[in-house]
Amino acid sequence: MRYVIGSYASLLSLMDILIYGIINSFSLALMAIGFTLVYGISRLPNFAHGALYVITGFAVWWILNKLHLNYFIAIPLALILMGLIGAAIYRFVLIRVRGMATSEIIATYALGLATLEFLRWRGFKGMTYTLPVFIEGSVDIGGVLVDLQRIIVMAIGIVVITFMWLFTHFNRTGLALRGMAQDEHAAMMLGIDSDWMAIIAMAMGSILAGLSAVVLLPLGNIVVEAGYNVLILSIAVCIVGGLGSWVGAILAAFMIGFLQIITVAYIQSHFQMVVALLAIILTLILRPSGFFGRQKELEERV
Amino acid sequence: MAVTTIERRKERLDRGIKVRTEGIYALSSLEEVSYLVLPRLLLILGILILPLLMPSLYWNRVISIVCIYALLALGFDFLAHFVGLVSLGGAFFIGVGGYAAAILNKYLGLSPVFTIPIATIGGAIICTLLLLPALPLRGVYFAIVTLMYPLTLMRIIEALNIFGGTDGILGVAGFSNKWVEQYLIIFIVIFALFGLRRLVNEDMGIVFRGIKDNDQSVRASGLSVTLYKTIAVFIASGLGSLGGAYLSHIYMWSGISQFALDFSVIPIAATVVGGGSTLVGPVLGCFILVPVSEFLRAFGTLRIVFYSVILLAFIMFRSEGLMVYAQRKYHQFERWVKV
Repeated sequence: MRYVIGSYASLLSLMDILIYGIINSFSLALMAIGFTLVYGISRLPNFAHGALYVITGFAVWWILNKLHLNYFIAIPLALILMGLIGAAIYRFVLIRVRGMATSEIIATYALGLATLEFLRWRGFKGMTYTLPVFIEGSVDIGGVLVDLQRIIVMAIGIVVITFMWLFTHFNRTGLALRGMAQDEHAAMMLGIDSDWMAIIAMAMGSILAGLSAVVLLPLGNIVVEAGYNVLILSIAVCIVGGLGSWVGAILAAFMIGFLQIITVAYIQSHFQMVVALLAIILTLILRPSGFFGRQKELEERV
Repeated sequence: MAVTTIERRKERLDRGIKVRTEGIYALSSLEEVSYLVLPRLLLILGILILPLLMPSLYWNRVISIVCIYALLALGFDFLAHFVGLVSLGGAFFIGVGGYAAAILNKYLGLSPVFTIPIATIGGAIICTLLLLPALPLRGVYFAIVTLMYPLTLMRIIEALNIFGGTDGILGVAGFSNKWVEQYLIIFIVIFALFGLRRLVNEDMGIVFRGIKDNDQSVRASGLSVTLYKTIAVFIASGLGSLGGAYLSHIYMWSGISQFALDFSVIPIAATVVGGGSTLVGPVLGCFILVPVSEFLRAFGTLRIVFYSVILLAFIMFRSEGLMVYAQRKYHQFERWVKV
């Protein structure tokens, strides 16, 4: 995430902190929402989340530069591809280790690691790979210059969060997903297919990871390291917020987002990731159920 | 498609030799003694002879690295399959031990004779103290916290620019004799392997397994779960720190790459490949995986891809691992019987 705010680290007034804090928080929420969805619903810690994020970036870049398609055709194509990949990961890999928490982590982590390191080996690093911003230009908000891409990040963040809320509260499939998250056995008795729901959750989670990549990557280069950072930040948001709690995840995104910006403003930009890591460690130690989690998770964790 | 009933099934019978269960009968015949002793002897002699077969400096170095990974993998297997704490932070133990040894050597001028034991005990104490608050956590959550620890330490060292920052600590003293360097770590691995095997079958090991299976019952027996977990983490982190200290002295260097992913991933891969909860399996897994990774060194990060794919394949298709499979073949007859 350094690239989102890095260049502004030197000149931070209170207004800067406010505006960039909000933008950073929305980016975090966007990144984490896919991870939270999969974890909250199918209890699958998808440690390949960061890899999916980076793959989307390369997929869009590839479609754009090798197939020479329009940017706005490339994005949906890449997102559909991500959905398929996510579903395939569940269908062919995770379904075999379902229920063994350690194996799930190790399997997804190995998958993510293999993908990211393979990309690194193929030479996907440095300044070579960039995506164009959606709209050039910038606007002035209260004396702070914000470019339009960051405004789009905010807008899409709001749209995605609203959509996910509506989806999980008013749509049949969404309600089934929530039922799965609350009580798997009861949901299965009502005829909800556990594996099918997990496939849907993984596909949606991957699409959301892809969407965040599409929106956020034009702000910087496509680098492999981003995959690791996105994974760590997603876990941080998910854990600090408490599992299965949408409100919690979003509030946690804001907490960590603002903490990061404040760290950049008053301490040093190097400490950005340290803040996220410490947030994970401290939350788990002090309040294992997360700040907005419910009793059920507490039993699982401690 | 016509439904065919299965006409044969595979029957598995334990070998009818008493040595498998109780100790004293092992002495009753030479055959039974050798049944028990040969596999162990084969392993020990095999490891001891290995450096003589490959006397070049390069391969000695590789064997030392294998042994360091073996220590880590032993710690991982012990924690994961006997205590129920899945630690994804092998790099944390290595890093702390490595930095401790390098600091003691470079800034205090102690020789490796002192730095390695001090770094082992000191590193274990530091790791245990840092992990102490995370001990009540279960399964996935303990795994996530341990995964975050090495990353955090790495970034803190980077950000504060202490201990040489990104360059690391250069000019750590090396070993004077290459055979000492080689055989010391080999003996340490053999000692750790058989020591841990003994430990998990003692009373304390039973308590450890009790914690893994049902910690409430351990608590109900009036034993402190946290105390036993602390002891277990101390042992595992001690092994890791020892490996780290050794690593610093072998490479005469200590840096943030000691917190790198390799040290977290390879021991896990070795454990999965070799067979969890056998303790021998992870050591053999290291002897298979690490040399192969040396062949792949020219390909750079492709090594990690290679491990990850092996890890994934084993966890999906052969989650029992090689050693469990081999032990089953050794201890059991198999035959086809008519249903």
